[in-house]
Amino acid sequence: MSWPETVRTAWEALAGRRSRSGLTVLGILIGIAAVILTVGLGEGAQARVGHAIASLGTNLLIVTPGSATASGLRGGLGSASTLTLGDARALQSHLDCPDIAAVAPVVQRSFGLAAGSNTWTAPVLGTTPAYLPIRNRSVVAGAGLTAADVTTGASVAVIGSQVATSLFPSGRAVGRTIQVGGVPFTVVGVLNTAGATANANQDDLVLVPITTAQQQLIGRSGPQAGSLSQILLSARSPQAMGAAYQETQDLLLQLHHIPSPAQADFTVTPQTALLSTASSVSGTLTVLLVGIAAISLLVGGIGVMNIMLVSVTERIREIGVRKALGGTPSDIRRQFLVEASGLGLAGGLGGALLGLAGALVLPQVIGNPVDISWPAVAGSIVVAVGIGVVFGVYPASRAARLAPIDALRSD
Amino acid sequence: MAEAAVSPASRRGARPAGERELTPPVIQLQDVWKRYSLGAVVVEALRGVSLAIAEGEYVAVMGPSGSGKSTLMHLLGCLDVPTAGAYRLAGRDVAGMSERELAAVRNRRIGFVFQQFNLLPRLSAARNVELPMAYAGVDRRQRRERARAALEAVGIGDRAHHRPSELSGGQQQRVAIARALVTDPTLLLADEPTGNLASGQAAEVLALFAGLHAQGRTVVLITHDPEVAGHARRVVRLRDGEITADEPVPGPR
Ligand SMILES: Nc1ncnc2c1ncn2[C@@H]1O[C@H](COP(=O)(O)OP(=O)(O)O)[C@@H](O)[C@H]1O
Ligand SMILES: [Mg+2]
Repeated sequence: MSWPETVRTAWEALAGRRSRSGLTVLGILIGIAAVILTVGLGEGAQARVGHAIASLGTNLLIVTPGSATASGLRGGLGSASTLTLGDARALQSHLDCPDIAAVAPVVQRSFGLAAGSNTWTAPVLGTTPAYLPIRNRSVVAGAGLTAADVTTGASVAVIGSQVATSLFPSGRAVGRTIQVGGVPFTVVGVLNTAGATANANQDDLVLVPITTAQQQLIGRSGPQAGSLSQILLSARSPQAMGAAYQETQDLLLQLHHIPSPAQADFTVTPQTALLSTASSVSGTLTVLLVGIAAISLLVGGIGVMNIMLVSVTERIREIGVRKALGGTPSDIRRQFLVEASGLGLAGGLGGALLGLAGALVLPQVIGNPVDISWPAVAGSIVVAVGIGVVFGVYPASRAARLAPIDALRSD
Repeated sequence: MAEAAVSPASRRGARPAGERELTPPVIQLQDVWKRYSLGAVVVEALRGVSLAIAEGEYVAVMGPSGSGKSTLMHLLGCLDVPTAGAYRLAGRDVAGMSERELAAVRNRRIGFVFQQFNLLPRLSAARNVELPMAYAGVDRRQRRERARAALEAVGIGDRAHHRPSELSGGQQQRVAIARALVTDPTLLLADEPTGNLASGQAAEVLALFAGLHAQGRTVVLITHDPEVAGHARRVVRLRDGEITADEPVPGPR
């Protein structure tokens, strides 16, 4: 029998059993849509976490005072303030630290802000122009801090988008004046929107020159005077992270006169550590979702398998008739192959469409992103068609080898 | 009545019964056995059957129920294989044929009419009749025409688009006969073709077979009915899997 004729025969057989064919297709379809959506949800979550962390800065290393030990944070040996502008300046030396691209010292405290009658409270960071490239941020209006602002201790501020909308709900922020803890600052720029990460809202902050902050806002006196909240560093490349980490560690130990890293009064945290923790968490999530998806595919597959087996068993008589009229075993096999793969393909494509439609609609309903994983789409279609073919064609091809009369007699 | 179903090229004239011995046998069974084992019990459905049927013969097979008639017919139709003994069809030993060759033989040489009709329930009468031609690779247009002609030849051209469940037993049997003869086979085998039919319908179906025989086809049919057997030119009697008598019918009508 020719292929077109085989396809026609298969179509006739499927159309003749409308409800059974429909149910088979539906079983495959739901399984595949479920796989696409669950894998998509997992990947969406993973991507969101990864993106949030990457948005913190590229190749970022964070030096914080005190050391994180098993017993928690402890202060340094001797020195009252563990991180200083001197440390930051030393880290900028290309001689000592060839793998560090940029350094941004940071002093930070929360302040009440005011502009006209509007008030707001946000963290205020005293830092240098290097902060923006290190944190992978930019300004959408006005300009960032300049080196001159830092040298002269200018009263200028760059504000986050949330601060801007809170203090200036109805208009431009650049050029206006805000009170930071009662001290007037001129807004020179507004930061791009970065969204919230697990521990900080990246849009709710104010940047001012570090010199201005130290002279007018933070640490003018007391034991912590002159000490930094943190030093942000960026490595020259992701590959240089290890070297940059080592150079930072070595230089600071030397400057702080600490003989052994175990006694360090500071902690260097590479961004990659955060990233790998987060991605391992969402990786676990993905494994879980893929597990659920695999189970739903399996359940769907068993349904399909069952329908195919029953349908072939019921049709052994038909196989007998076809053989008695001159059908060869390969004619029979091909007919069932076309039928089974037709069902599998219809269910697979239908399921893919439903899954893709769901991936568009679902984020609007539940607010979680759904990333379409094409390997999962392709894989689930292959599995569905495979199950249909194996459990449709194998018993049919066995029946096709029976003597026609034995097939005709089966009931 | 059956004229439209056959292509002119293969139409053979009826031969006088006396010439029968001169033509080589289409069917030659030599000491054929068929055993069925049902667990510990072995049923011998055929016990050493030898039989030769020449081209153009019209043979009736008779015998009580369970005597092995259907078993014999299935072997003749290449629907089953003997446990022992040889079956030569047109001179070729069937035991040496591949599945593909057997399928071709069933498709082209043999038209089989089952007692249970064995129509595919979800296909129309016309599509059922088209089936053997689909396996023979006849193109669609020709297939449709020939199926329609065959259905008209058996007198149910107006039921071509009905499904078997929408047809009476006699009509279904006619569809089955149309399907058996649409490929213009040289050998027509029928297992109690009138067994399920009312007597009026039976007579019409028998007239069909007589017509096909008159065109030169070899016809073998199973029947219980001596009246039916009277239409044939030769009667073979079976009992307990053995041939007990094989004689020409005196004075055929
Ligand atoms: N598939 C089978 N399995 C077991 N026994 C069978 C089978 N087919 C036929 N028989 C037995 O073989 C004998 C002959 O059967 P069959 O050829 O159908 O007889 P008939 O057609 O003359 O009534 C019977 O005893 C029947 O029970
Ligand atoms: Mg019988």
